[in-house]
Amino acid sequence: MSDQEQGAGLNRRIPEAGVAALLLAVGGIVIMDSLRVGIEWADDGPKAGYFPFFIGILLAFSAGWTLLLTLLGWSRETKLFSQWSELRDVAAMLVPTTVFIVAVPFLGLYVPGAVLIGYFMKRHGDFGWIATILTALCVPVTFFLIFERWFLVPLAKGPIEAWLGF
Amino acid sequence: MDELNSLFQGFAVAMTLPNLGFMLLGLVLGILIGVLPGLGGANGVAILLPLTFSMNPTSAIIMLSCIYWGALFGGAITSILFNIPGEPWSVATTFDGFPLAQQGRAAEALTAAFTSSFVGAFFAVLAITFLAPLLAKFALEFGPPEFFAVQMLTFCSFIGMSKDPPMKTLAAMMLGFALAAVGMDTVTGQLRMTFGYPELLKGFDFLIAVIGLFGIGEILLTMEEGLAFKGKSAKISFKVVWNTWRELLQYWRTFIRSVLIGCWMGITPGGATPASFMGYGMARRAAKDKESFGRGNVEGVVAPETAAHAAGTSALLPMLTLGIPGSPTAAVLLGGLLIWGLQPGPLLFVEQKDFVWGLIASMYLGNLVGLFVVLTTVPWWAAILRIPFPVIAPVIIVICAIGAYTVHSSIFDVIMMLVFGVLGYLFKKLRYPMAPLVLALVLGDMAESSFRQSMLLSQGDVGIFFGNWLVGGLMALAIFLLLVPAWGSFKDMLRRREASAHLG
Amino acid sequence: MKLTKIAAAVGAIAALCIAPAAQAWEPTKPVEFVVPAGTGGGADQMARFIQGVVTKHKLMKQPIVVVNKSGGAGAEGFLEVKGSAGNPHKIIITLSNLFTTPLATAVPFNWRDLTPVAMLALDEFVLWVNAESPHKTAKDYVSAIKMGADNKFKMAGTGSKQEDQIITVLVEKAAGKKLTYVPFKGGGDVAVQLVGKHVDSTVNNPIEAEAHWRSGKLRALCVMDANPLPYKTKVTATQSWADIPTCKSAGIDAEYLMLRGIFMTPNATPDQVAFYVDLFKKMRELPEWKEFMEKGAFNQTFMSGKEYADWVAKAEAQHVALMKSAGFLAK
Repeated sequence: MSDQEQGAGLNRRIPEAGVAALLLAVGGIVIMDSLRVGIEWADDGPKAGYFPFFIGILLAFSAGWTLLLTLLGWSRETKLFSQWSELRDVAAMLVPTTVFIVAVPFLGLYVPGAVLIGYFMKRHGDFGWIATILTALCVPVTFFLIFERWFLVPLAKGPIEAWLGF
Repeated sequence: MDELNSLFQGFAVAMTLPNLGFMLLGLVLGILIGVLPGLGGANGVAILLPLTFSMNPTSAIIMLSCIYWGALFGGAITSILFNIPGEPWSVATTFDGFPLAQQGRAAEALTAAFTSSFVGAFFAVLAITFLAPLLAKFALEFGPPEFFAVQMLTFCSFIGMSKDPPMKTLAAMMLGFALAAVGMDTVTGQLRMTFGYPELLKGFDFLIAVIGLFGIGEILLTMEEGLAFKGKSAKISFKVVWNTWRELLQYWRTFIRSVLIGCWMGITPGGATPASFMGYGMARRAAKDKESFGRGNVEGVVAPETAAHAAGTSALLPMLTLGIPGSPTAAVLLGGLLIWGLQPGPLLFVEQKDFVWGLIASMYLGNLVGLFVVLTTVPWWAAILRIPFPVIAPVIIVICAIGAYTVHSSIFDVIMMLVFGVLGYLFKKLRYPMAPLVLALVLGDMAESSFRQSMLLSQGDVGIFFGNWLVGGLMALAIFLLLVPAWGSFKDMLRRREASAHLG
Repeated sequence: MKLTKIAAAVGAIAALCIAPAAQAWEPTKPVEFVVPAGTGGGADQMARFIQGVVTKHKLMKQPIVVVNKSGGAGAEGFLEVKGSAGNPHKIIITLSNLFTTPLATAVPFNWRDLTPVAMLALDEFVLWVNAESPHKTAKDYVSAIKMGADNKFKMAGTGSKQEDQIITVLVEKAAGKKLTYVPFKGGGDVAVQLVGKHVDSTVNNPIEAEAHWRSGKLRALCVMDANPLPYKTKVTATQSWADIPTCKSAGIDAEYLMLRGIFMTPNATPDQVAFYVDLFKKMRELPEWKEFMEKGAFNQTFMSGKEYADWVAKAEAQHVALMKSAGFLAK
């Protein structure tokens, strides 16, 4: 990460403010829910919301502080969060992973897992088709044998496994 | 020397050839369980249970308990290689173990971790052998206020001295506490922060957060730095094992400290996870070069591993003598005992002598055999880092997803894992520290219920935390540990002010 | 002689013909046995014990896998079974949280959402004090509570607004004074807290406290059942389970039994239910089961079918009444 290269990447202030705002919102939610369950110190000790209330206050305060500093120094912030090329690399991982996880509820863990491994080997490695397909199939099958057959741990399965009779 | 006699009889029971075979089987299975996040001791027991009915109870429990040792050993492997803690008590091992692997010293870190595990477990078994009745009595001293004091002490030993921005440290810690509060409040039975979603009823599991924050977060960071793991150049040979052993000798103080912390946390029963954090925190405080912790210091692997294993082992003592399991795996063993008609409790040592001493003897043997097994596999484990990144990265993601799913068989948890992964990436880049978040998540729930149970007992009088020498001493120590870094920074500030005054 | 042989042969043939008809369904996959509580508790112990004996005696071709789903006082487990309609490879063992959790938290599930299979046993509750306590009988203890101020005596129990706290309220009613109820995670912890003298009394299930009782650390004051327990074998030097008087006889109007029953997923077919009922009937005949029942001093009532459903409906009504009068219902 170089400090001075403006424009070649994502300015740090944007994710900084985003994360701080997110934490501030979480703090707000915690405070709201604590108020619902009661934040008093009853005569037999604190109620269910007593500790979460202070946790929420401190979370909102610390996140608010970071957010405020970021906003105040908005135009002066020159540090980069990451260069665009680096972010592209992260996205190259994050996007397929997200697709994989979104597919899990519909197709189970095995088929999307095989596709993810295959996609990655083909896209980011210089593997031949045979090596790719073999690895992509062997890994989920190994997991199936270890988890379902040996350890009797049922993993998420989809229509294809059901069609095969598992 | 009644114990010694009994112990030697125990060795005679445990040392038969078939028993050694069962031991090996249990260990290998246990290591596999430790390596794969998502498999727990319960699964191992489920597989071996049918096998055990043709054995006598002693052989059976030896085999089942070896699953436990194997899992304790195996948890360190993925923590060091991929920053993914296979078991909760390996989280603190990642802090220095993973940086070591990145520097190409994976074999060294693994050797240190395994050896420390052995040392921790070995001394804990010694304590069980000779001090069992005494220790069991000590465990009874622990009521809610004492538990709260211990949790407070764990926390205070760990926080402070962080180089990260204080407001971000605070935010990370509070986020951990907030997540820990989600779900049912154990004291009043009220639901908190679930907003009517059944998925939130069970709260945020520590393992899911950790798999996401550490495992997925690390993969994203690695992507940013180019498509490769840095630890590729790890040199692999058995010489590393010898050299590491020689180096480990200088950490004898850390070993002793962590063994004491671990035994104490295991017996009370505070659990292996807090013990590992406390062991790490105490080692960092005591070290001269505090800066090197978190950047690949072997001592930072030794301290948590020793403590976690001393705790994991000594946790079997309250299980055997009081019937309270110190960990989920111990609970499964407890179920195993019941099937053979062995009722854990104060009388087990009297009524089932052969069995108990056979088990204790097998603890010595199981650990020794376990150390041998894992050390011979060090080169193989380190070699995993040579698998090309485009293959290993998606496999790790699939393993993480499986691990997150199996905790509660919930798809929602897999999605949460991804959210935690992105958060882990952002946190690391924006210098939010992860350790306070994780510690708050694991301790928050326990500490709050202990505190409120204490308040119920004393009817709202905070004086209960200084009610007797034990709880008072623990609290005083906790507060002392909290104030030391504050005092240090206060002194620094004074010095700086003086210096600037002189300049001015 | 010949006649008996023929009869036996006919019987065998008949059995061969009938058996497949009666056993039209059996599991084709490992059966998931959900425990809506943490590891180490009474329900968990029973489930793991069943897993063990069923495997040992090969009562089933497929293995049983015990899964703990304790989140939200068991709601996690019940919702999971409720959401797996039509999956016959999932059964659940109950605690009283089958009734108390939906009532106390308004989490949407009810036993009518599930398919009742069988009642395995009923778990007893005993009022325990530390062996060094000055209160020798239940009457002593209640009068001590009466004499003292509110909240002077501390009762430890499992969970909040569940069976242990309901019983505590019943004891409070008998004494006319408030007790301090301190909730802990599991029954084992509760018993140890009493042994360590951090609280004054507990209402542990027999199996949770048996080992401590046997070693002379605890004293049993009374049992929350209509009649004394039937188990006459001495557990301590002087007492057997049968020697514990009922709480009613000591003036505590508390009668409470906890269901240890099995339920299945919604829409289970009669064939599937019949398989499990048959399985548990076979299991009840095993010597290990009988020993387990005696060790835990269980009430060995077995029910299935409509009788069981009716019992559960009655128990539910009882819980609604008890929880309403204790003020535990969700607002």
